[in-house]
Amino acid sequence: MENKIEVQNFNFFYGDFQALIDININIKKNQITALIGPSGCGKSTFLRALNRMNDTIPGVRAEGQVLLDGKNIYDPDVDVVDLRQRVGMVFQRPNPFPQSIFDNVAFGPRVLGMARNGNLEEMVRESLEGAALWDEVKHRLHEPALELNPGQQQRLCIARAIAVKPEVILMDEPCSALDPIATLKVEDLMRELARNYTIVIVTHNMQQAARASHWTGFFWLGRLVEFNATEELFRSPKEELTEAYITGRRG
Amino acid sequence: MTRQQTQKIAVAVISTVAGLVVIPILLVILFIVVNGIGAISWEFLTAPPKNGMREGGIMPALVGTIFLTFGTAIAAMPLAIAAAIYLAEYAGDTRLTRWVRLAIVNLAGIPSIVYGLFGLGAFVLYFNFGTSILAGSLTLGIMTLPVVISTAEEAILSVPREFRVVSLSLGATRWQTIRHQVLPHALPGIITGVILGLSRAAGETAPILFTVAAFYVPHLPRSIFDQTMALPYHLYVISTQVPGMPLSNQYGTALVLLLLVLSLTLVATIVRSRMRQRRQW
Repeated sequence: MENKIEVQNFNFFYGDFQALIDININIKKNQITALIGPSGCGKSTFLRALNRMNDTIPGVRAEGQVLLDGKNIYDPDVDVVDLRQRVGMVFQRPNPFPQSIFDNVAFGPRVLGMARNGNLEEMVRESLEGAALWDEVKHRLHEPALELNPGQQQRLCIARAIAVKPEVILMDEPCSALDPIATLKVEDLMRELARNYTIVIVTHNMQQAARASHWTGFFWLGRLVEFNATEELFRSPKEELTEAYITGRRG
Repeated sequence: MTRQQTQKIAVAVISTVAGLVVIPILLVILFIVVNGIGAISWEFLTAPPKNGMREGGIMPALVGTIFLTFGTAIAAMPLAIAAAIYLAEYAGDTRLTRWVRLAIVNLAGIPSIVYGLFGLGAFVLYFNFGTSILAGSLTLGIMTLPVVISTAEEAILSVPREFRVVSLSLGATRWQTIRHQVLPHALPGIITGVILGLSRAAGETAPILFTVAAFYVPHLPRSIFDQTMALPYHLYVISTQVPGMPLSNQYGTALVLLLLVLSLTLVATIVRSRMRQRRQW
C-alpha cells in the first residue's frame, strides 16, 4: 500500500518543552489513520505538524522530516499556503464562519482562485454532496450557517475543507462536540471520503478509532508508542502501555 | 450593622452617585436647547452671517465644519486602519511595536492646542499649504489617529482567532484571511472608532485655530487650499469677539454644533448595532 505521508525522526518543541519525541510513522494513502492517547500526549500537536498549523504559534520548532509524496514539507522552499491547500483540516468544535452556508463552502475556492474557470455553484454543490449535507441544505444555501445543528455544522466544515480539493484531511476530534447519531453520520462520511482522500483523525474515543479507522497510532507523553493496523492493535497490542490504555487501566 | 445591611447601603450610595453622572450632561443639553432653539430657523442654517455677524445665519461655518470632517476622515482613515491592521495582525510583541503603542497612547494625551501649533509649523508654513482646509484636515487627522487606531485595533483583535486559523487551514494567505475574514467582522468596530474620532474632530477649536479657521468669509471655500469658517471657531468668535451679539445666536450655534456631534455618535451606534445583528458569533 502506498505511503501518502512518511514521518521520519520528527521532534517538535514549544519553546523549551519537547512535545513530540522522535516520531516515525507512515500514513497510507486513501486510508483512515486514527491517533489515540490521553490528553496532552502530543497527538493534536502531531496532527497540526502535518499541515504546519503549529507555525502560527510563536516559539515553536520542528526537527526531522515530514514527507508528503516524498517531499519534506519543512523544507525552506515549501510554501505553507500551498501545503495547507493540499492538507486540509477539520476542527474539534464545529466552526463555520458566521456567513451563509454557500459562502462558507465557497470561501476556499474563492480565495484560491479556483472558481475562475469552473462554476462556483457546481463546486459548492459537489462539496456539499461529498459531505453528505446537500439534501439537507439545498433549499437554504443562503441562510446563515450557524442556524444548522452542530452535526450539520461539522459536516459543513468538512464540505468547506474538501471544497479546495485537498489530498489529505486532518480531523482533530471532529465528533467530540456531537451527539452519538451525528457522530455516526460523520464516521460514515469518513469512510466514504477515504475513497478519495487520506484521512488522519485524532480521537479521544477508542471505540471510534476501533470502528472507523484502518490504522491506529497510540501516543503517550510525546512518543508514538505503537502503530499498527487497527484490528491488530486493539486485538493484540504489543506494548504493555498500549494494552493498559485501551483496556482502560491507564489514561 | 450586619454585613447584609452594609451591602444594601453600599449599593444605594454607589447607584445614587452613578445617577448623578447623568445630571451634568442633561443640564448642558437642556440649557443649550432652551436658550438656542429660538434662533434655529431655515435662514439660520442656510444664510451667511450679516451685519458684523450679529444677524443672518451660520451656513459657511456649518458647511466648513462638514468639509473639515470629511477632510479629516480622508486624511486619518487609511493611515489609522493600516496602522491598526499592522499592529493587530503582523507586528507581534517586539520592542519597536511597544514603542509604537506607547507613542499612540501619548499622542492621545497631547493637548489639542499643541496639535494646532504643530499644524501651523508643519502644514501651513513648512509645507506651505497656507491656512487651508488641507492643513486643517491634516492637523485634525493626526489628532484623531490615536482614538481611531486603538478602537480599530481592538475591533480587529476581538475577531475570534478561530476564524483566522480556519481560513489559514484552507490555504488562504494571511492577507486574504485579514481581508476576507478579519476585516469584515471588525468593520463595525472600526467604523465606530472612525466616527468617534470624527465627532471629536468636528468639535475641536484649537487645532483649526491657526491652520484653517477664518474669522469671517461669507462665501464657501472653492478648493482645499482655501480658508473656511468652522462652527467651533465661529462660536468662539461670536461669543468673545463681537460686541452686541444676541445671546440666542450663540446658543443656536452651540446647539447646531452639539446636534452635529451627537448625530455622528448616533450614526456610529446605529452602524455598530446593525452590523452586529448581521454577523454574529
